[in-house]
Amino acid sequence: MELTILWYLIPSLIMFCCGVYGFITRKNMIAILISLELMINAVDINFVVFNRFLFPGELEGMFFTLFAIALAAAETALAIAIIINIFRIAQKVDVDDVTKMKY
Amino acid sequence: MFLFLGLCGHKMKHSVAGILGTLGMGVTMTLAYITAFTYFFSGNPEFITAEGTRLQSVLFNWEWLAFTDKLSIHLGFLLDPISALLLVVITTISFMVHLYSNGYMRDHHGVWETGFQRFYAFLSLFSFSMLGLVVATNIFQMYIFWELVGASSYLLIGFYYTKPSAVSASKKAFIVTRFADLGFLIGILILSYYTGTFDFANFTSTGVEGMTNAYQISSATAQSVLKTFAENPVPVFMGGSVLTWALVLIFMGGMGKSAMMPLHIWLPDAMEGPTPVSALIHAATMVVAGVYLVARLFPLYLMEETALDIITVVGALTAFYAAMVACCQVDIKRVLAFSTISQIAFMMVSLGVARPEFHHAVGYMASMFHLFTHAMFKALLFLCAGALIHAIGSNDYTAMHGLRKHMPITHITFLVGCLAIAGIIPFAGFFSKDEILTAVFGHSTFWYIWMSAVAGLTAFYMFRLYYLIFWWKEHKVPEGHHAPHDQPWTMTLPLVILALISCVAGFVPMGNLVTWNGQPMFESVNFFTNISELNWSVAAVSLAVAIVAIVIATVMYRKENPLPAKMKNLFPRLWTWCFHRFYWDELYQFITHKIIFGLVSKPIAWFDRHIIDGSMDGMAWVTNRVSYAIRGLQSGSIQFYVWIYLVGALLLGGITAICLI
Repeated sequence: MELTILWYLIPSLIMFCCGVYGFITRKNMIAILISLELMINAVDINFVVFNRFLFPGELEGMFFTLFAIALAAAETALAIAIIINIFRIAQKVDVDDVTKMKY
Repeated sequence: MFLFLGLCGHKMKHSVAGILGTLGMGVTMTLAYITAFTYFFSGNPEFITAEGTRLQSVLFNWEWLAFTDKLSIHLGFLLDPISALLLVVITTISFMVHLYSNGYMRDHHGVWETGFQRFYAFLSLFSFSMLGLVVATNIFQMYIFWELVGASSYLLIGFYYTKPSAVSASKKAFIVTRFADLGFLIGILILSYYTGTFDFANFTSTGVEGMTNAYQISSATAQSVLKTFAENPVPVFMGGSVLTWALVLIFMGGMGKSAMMPLHIWLPDAMEGPTPVSALIHAATMVVAGVYLVARLFPLYLMEETALDIITVVGALTAFYAAMVACCQVDIKRVLAFSTISQIAFMMVSLGVARPEFHHAVGYMASMFHLFTHAMFKALLFLCAGALIHAIGSNDYTAMHGLRKHMPITHITFLVGCLAIAGIIPFAGFFSKDEILTAVFGHSTFWYIWMSAVAGLTAFYMFRLYYLIFWWKEHKVPEGHHAPHDQPWTMTLPLVILALISCVAGFVPMGNLVTWNGQPMFESVNFFTNISELNWSVAAVSLAVAIVAIVIATVMYRKENPLPAKMKNLFPRLWTWCFHRFYWDELYQFITHKIIFGLVSKPIAWFDRHIIDGSMDGMAWVTNRVSYAIRGLQSGSIQFYVWIYLVGALLLGGITAICLI
């Protein structure tokens, strides 16, 4: 059985859909963050796969993925910091409960 | 000096500010004396021709605002008989007042009043603007300084700005004169629009051959101005020629400043200011600016006798009215204020009846003469009043009585002032008032009798005031208070000097110094010219009237007696009307509050509040409601946004796919 591009894209699609589903449905901010990471990783996989199959001699997709991973790490650190602060103030991490700044 | 005192004043000691201001004014006075002396007596061809005609001399004229080639405003220095005379008057009175205020503006224990430095700064500002006004070379410069004196008068009336009555008095003075200045400005604009110039020299005089900056008063120029007006497309407007309108409107500015009826209401209230200010501004200098203005444009007024007649009537009515009211007031400064109004009206009448056909327009000379003498004796009277108020602590002369033993210097000087204003022979007022009456006599007998009666009233109310203050039984001095006494030398010295001037000023041969066209009235002059040139028939009548009036006043007020009360009961209505100043203030109150506020301002305010504000408020209300209604959309819940986004993206994708297929 030959390893075609679909073998990579279908799991990535599943990952992405899981991420979207989690992002929309979960109320816990950490869960939302995890879903976000899932989406980013799905996209990263797509980058690498398209690079490998469509432009075998080039490395742009790879490097771009490395950048994205670094960015995602930084973003996660930031988000976690915000969430910890919110938790300190409000004693909860549910998005529905943090409505103080609304309107 | 104003800038200096105004900026550095609060850091200075009080005495330093006072001395600096006084010294500055002293220097100015000396310079003004030198200028006037040079002008009158040096014989310089710039100032006087070989035939003895005095010229108008523009010493310098600096272009200040150049709008276009044709329209520019100059600032300059014009010297002619009346401006030289006014320079002397203003600086003398101003110096006396500066000196006097050193004593007046502190209490009996030598404690300075708050804002003493501010007071001196304003006094200096006023003196500067008044000098600028009299030396103005063009009518616009005059207007600028005219407004400046108005502003400094406002500042000084409101000097005690913690007192509500002073604040409202200053506002009243400012608003009433501003209203009059509107007329003045329109007059200036009409005049300048048709003649294309602001310069006095172009209105009233022609250049002298061989001189670049000397002008001779000539009726030919005024005639050409008249012709310019006659040639313009609208020579007649609402029953009067345009020139008449312009001149009457300019006179309206003068009416406001000089407190002619019906714009006189601000002057009595202006007495809320410190007394030296009343002496300087509201008796001697600023209020005669209106007379000066008419005198300055006199050759033009000669072209339009209608305007002169209006001036005569307004002046005569005001003189009589103010004299009547002065007989019934109880506030010493109010009496003097109404007396000032009456005397200025004398000057106005005198200008109004002046015609060159009669005795070299003696009215013009008499008006300037009276301006000069009146400034001296009225300033004297006001400064005496200030000394009394300072000693007693009240403006009401029922609180004074019998002061002649306690304050001998003030008593004598006040008496001199009263004699001078009443027109008793060797004192200054006699000569000038006699010239005025002569001029009026030459014009119309009716106004002559009228003005003589007013002169009699003047003598009556001044002596009523005099007896009430200095005679009668004195009040007991309460325990713990010291008896009233004469003031420190800074206050008595000006009184004595002004009293001396009031004694001798009548002998100044004004007929040779100040005439409307600069030509002397007498062949030769010496100290007794004014006496030898008197018109004795007029003089005897006016003297007799004055003496009779004084005798009546003596009988009625020499001692406490029932006569005044009887008089009051004889004409109760007349007395009430006089006491309430013929209800002018109430009339104004009625017009402004009921008619202007009630009928005009209220509907406008309603329109503004309900229609204009309402539409704006309505827009705000609609925006507010709409925002409130749709605010649920911006929930802040990212998940909701993403959900919407996802659905939208899928829909778009679906639509695109369908389209592609």
